[in-house]
Amino acid sequence: MKVIIMGCGRVGARLAGLLDAAGHNVTVLDTDSYSFRRLAAGFKGKALVGNGIDEEVLKRAGIEHADAFFALTQGDNRNIMASQIARHLYGVKRVVCRIYDPLRQELYQNLGLEAISPTIIFADILAKKLENP
Amino acid sequence: MYIIIVGGGRVGYYLARALLDEGHEILILEKSPAVCEAVNDELGSICYRGDGCETATLAQVGTGRADMLIAVTGEDEDNLVSCQVAKHKFKVPRTIARIRNPRNEVLFKRLGIDVTISSTNVILERIAEEVPTHPLIHLHEIRDKGLEIVEVKIPRDAGTIGKALRDIALPPGTILTLIVRRAQKPIVPVPGTTLMADDQIIAVTDPESEQALRKALRGA
Repeated sequence: MKVIIMGCGRVGARLAGLLDAAGHNVTVLDTDSYSFRRLAAGFKGKALVGNGIDEEVLKRAGIEHADAFFALTQGDNRNIMASQIARHLYGVKRVVCRIYDPLRQELYQNLGLEAISPTIIFADILAKKLENP
Repeated sequence: MYIIIVGGGRVGYYLARALLDEGHEILILEKSPAVCEAVNDELGSICYRGDGCETATLAQVGTGRADMLIAVTGEDEDNLVSCQVAKHKFKVPRTIARIRNPRNEVLFKRLGIDVTISSTNVILERIAEEVPTHPLIHLHEIRDKGLEIVEVKIPRDAGTIGKALRDIALPPGTILTLIVRRAQKPIVPVPGTTLMADDQIIAVTDPESEQALRKALRGA
């Protein structure tokens, strides 16, 4: 599958490595080329410098033919906007958006985005640790 | 009207000032404590410190009863989210977003934002049009001559309806150039032309005479 990952932080770089190893065609986007140092040594995909809320950048990354899009930058709003461009303007089938803010995550989930809040998930894990050590 | 402005930067500040002058209830949401304090010093306590994209903050400032939310931060994505949260979570009837990248206009429209304004220059004029009670709209500025072209709407309860233009004392130097009348071709005003409700009058004037012109044409 053709996959675009926006944001090459720890999570983005790791996901890129996993999907690349699984044989997918991966393109990673980041506004800072220094972030690409995190990509695994044998990474066979593409790394592009650019802002994922800019349609031109998304086109260069191949959004028109993408099967999946992951928005994983540090900015909730940037992730939300890029995901909506991918979903509503380019009809990408699988769009996953990271939103730290639980309230915003709930809202955009209701609006039809596949939104994941690491805040909720991690807090749940920690709470369960206390219940069942 | 209760209008919430997200972003207390230059655009937000002057917008708030203009809307306050028109008698609206204004609240500015601004993240930076320093900017917040500066605005409050100038305009009175109308600036609330907080993130205008956060549901909790918007709930605190009573967004549910807001008639309009205008997002004018410097970041397109923040303005988009602010407007979407206002629209979907709080059912704000009208949302306006400032955008920096003009290409975002299509996207924002599709995502339910009512109005987008793509440059700082046009923002005040466009918002003035969106305020239904606004009596005078700036259409064009002839800067080097100190003149401007404005539009004045004649409300249905104006005291000047039925009056001939020759009986209306315009401020010196002001010329009425055109009257756009409902369901008719635009007409060139002559001294015998009488004013009708809903007339849109295009006039050339200077900025100092704006108020006088408005009063002369609307009778109040």
